[in-house]
Amino acid sequence: MKEILDRITPKYDLQDVSIKDDLQAYVVVEKKLAIDMVTYMRDYEGFSHFVLMSCVDWIEDNKLQLLYLLNNPEKKCVIGIKVFIDRENPSMQSAHHLWKQIWTYQRELREAFGIDFPGSPRIEENFVLEGWTDKPHMLRDFDTNKYAEETYFPRTGRSTNDPATYMRQKLYPNQPVTAKKNKDDE
Amino acid sequence: MNIYVKLAYTLLGFFLVLNWGLLMSATLRKIVARVAGRHGIPFYQPWIDLLKNIGVRTTLSHGFMFYLGPVFRFTGAVGMFLFMPALFGSDMWSNFSFEGDIVLILYFQLFGMLGMAIGAGEGGHPHSAIGIARGLAQHAAIEIPMTLGIISLAIQYHTLSFTDIVAAQQGGIANWTIFTNPIAGVTLLLAALGAMGHSPFNLVKAPNEIPIGPPTEYHGTYLGVLMSSGVVLHVMEAALFMNLLFGGATNWVEFIIKTFLINFYSVFVGVVFPRFKIEQSVVWFFKVPMALGILAILIYSF
Amino acid sequence: MSELDINDKVKEMLEKSAENAGSKNSEKTFVHPEDEEREVIAPDGSIIKVNPIYDYFSGKKPTEEKPSNGVVEKFLNWARSESIWVLGFGTGCGSIEIPPLMTPRFDAFRFGIQMRPTPRQSNAFIISGYLSVKTLKRVIRSYEQMPSPKYVLALGSCTINGGMYYDSYSTINRLDKYLPVDVYIAGCMPRPEALLAGFMKLKELIKEGKGEKANEYARNFDEYKANQKKIIKDWNMPDYNW
Repeated sequence: MKEILDRITPKYDLQDVSIKDDLQAYVVVEKKLAIDMVTYMRDYEGFSHFVLMSCVDWIEDNKLQLLYLLNNPEKKCVIGIKVFIDRENPSMQSAHHLWKQIWTYQRELREAFGIDFPGSPRIEENFVLEGWTDKPHMLRDFDTNKYAEETYFPRTGRSTNDPATYMRQKLYPNQPVTAKKNKDDE
Repeated sequence: MNIYVKLAYTLLGFFLVLNWGLLMSATLRKIVARVAGRHGIPFYQPWIDLLKNIGVRTTLSHGFMFYLGPVFRFTGAVGMFLFMPALFGSDMWSNFSFEGDIVLILYFQLFGMLGMAIGAGEGGHPHSAIGIARGLAQHAAIEIPMTLGIISLAIQYHTLSFTDIVAAQQGGIANWTIFTNPIAGVTLLLAALGAMGHSPFNLVKAPNEIPIGPPTEYHGTYLGVLMSSGVVLHVMEAALFMNLLFGGATNWVEFIIKTFLINFYSVFVGVVFPRFKIEQSVVWFFKVPMALGILAILIYSF
Repeated sequence: MSELDINDKVKEMLEKSAENAGSKNSEKTFVHPEDEEREVIAPDGSIIKVNPIYDYFSGKKPTEEKPSNGVVEKFLNWARSESIWVLGFGTGCGSIEIPPLMTPRFDAFRFGIQMRPTPRQSNAFIISGYLSVKTLKRVIRSYEQMPSPKYVLALGSCTINGGMYYDSYSTINRLDKYLPVDVYIAGCMPRPEALLAGFMKLKELIKEGKGEKANEYARNFDEYKANQKKIIKDWNMPDYNW
């Protein structure tokens, strides 16, 4: 793993390299070099198995992070190639020519995060949702609770208890609440 | 005997056979359930299902031929009943059997199938053609050993009449065709497995295959007619093999016992063996049953 | 498939997606190639215009179907209640409760409950658990194909108030806004015993002559359809698809 990273770090001007262990590393690469690097890793470094492609919404930094996870079946090591792209009108160079399953991943990402991959086959088709007209549902500023309330006729009189507090009160009613509260309870 | 009296007896016989068929189908389903460790349906369930199907309010039509599908199938069942002697040696219950009626019966067996094909084709279901093609392919494969076996019997007895064949088997179990012509008997029994349409060969009618099978679009009264013709066909198929191989029946009790046992035999095989795909079942009929059928003919030809 | 074929296919698809992007300006609709309006050449050489969505189904509105009167209806209702044919359509996680219902432990066949594979032959519909908008579309289509009288059993709390998916963007909260429901079976998930109890309740209702929800659906058809169309945005089927 180390030697591979040594080879590619100067080549692609990698800014942020994090080595998790001998067999796993994550690198951050510039957007315009990303597909080039994925191709290089596939053709010259033996990372011939495409594991997955995924996206993380960094809403605070106003960025979306794409992750290409590649596997080298001979050396049994995994490299994750991270790319930060702009959150407004997100667009990324398509990688559909490298592995065919990327077609589907890119369709998914387009539907879930609204990322455009120009030229990717069947990118216009629905992936899971049919006829979705609202903002992409996996973006963090999409309020799913509000959307559900506005759309799906919520039944009135529904109440919700926090399971931890509720069970504590029910099982030990006499005991004062001393246990430290969870962060999620607040 | 007066033709009207005979007609009345035949209608009464049909009513008896219909009810016996419903009861038998419930009993056989109960047997399958018991094999699976279940309690099973109540024995009167088929009658209720029939009533409910008649009570369905919505009926829709896909055109003239859609009506004819169940009608043809029912005609096939009635035809099989009309031209087969239900009880041997009885004036009242031998129906309208006549010389050479075996050929007619063989034709009526296919008749219902063809009617279903026409009706389902009109039904507008995009996949019904697949179901029909499967059904007819399997039926053609079943017909071959069955016809070979029957030809062997015809050569053996020098007749194509049911009454004569049954008459030749009277006078003790040793005279039954299954013992006098065992090869043709085995051929016919193997063909019977397919003709009864139980498990190894029921892909066409199996519940989880119906979405692409012929009866997909039929509902309500149509389905009721299909159901009742199905149970009559079941009894009459068994009666066909009873007449050909097991010496016919001389009274209703014998008829009921023999048809039940013949059906039970196919159910027994059905609960033991899993379902064949169409290509497997067609090939299966082309192997052992067909070879036995040819052998049965050759023995009596020379 | 050879390499060449795949390449051809890719090219075709690329062209098609480019065309789609051009012609359908901002609307995000995708019609399956089988359902597209097109021209077909008949065996005799004439050209026929085909629009599968509207050719295969009629757009006729449902009408109320009055029950017959008196003893006949009572008798038929008894038969209906003793012979409940359920459409084998598992819409959510609750459908995993159906196999144990039919197998030896609970054996619903005893009560005349059977599974049917096609909507035309069934008269009861189990909405098993959460219902996503995408499934709802299929459910409506299947429900409308069932012949009247028909009954709906809503299984699990998801169909009552959304259950644990109450805040999801893709699952509905209240089923009765979209389909008339005969019996609710609460729980998450209800066990097969609860399902059997629900079936018994349904039988009682039918015997009392209260299983007329199909007529209610026909009566309030416009209201139900408006609710359905509010959430199913790509309505690419006829309004009523008998």
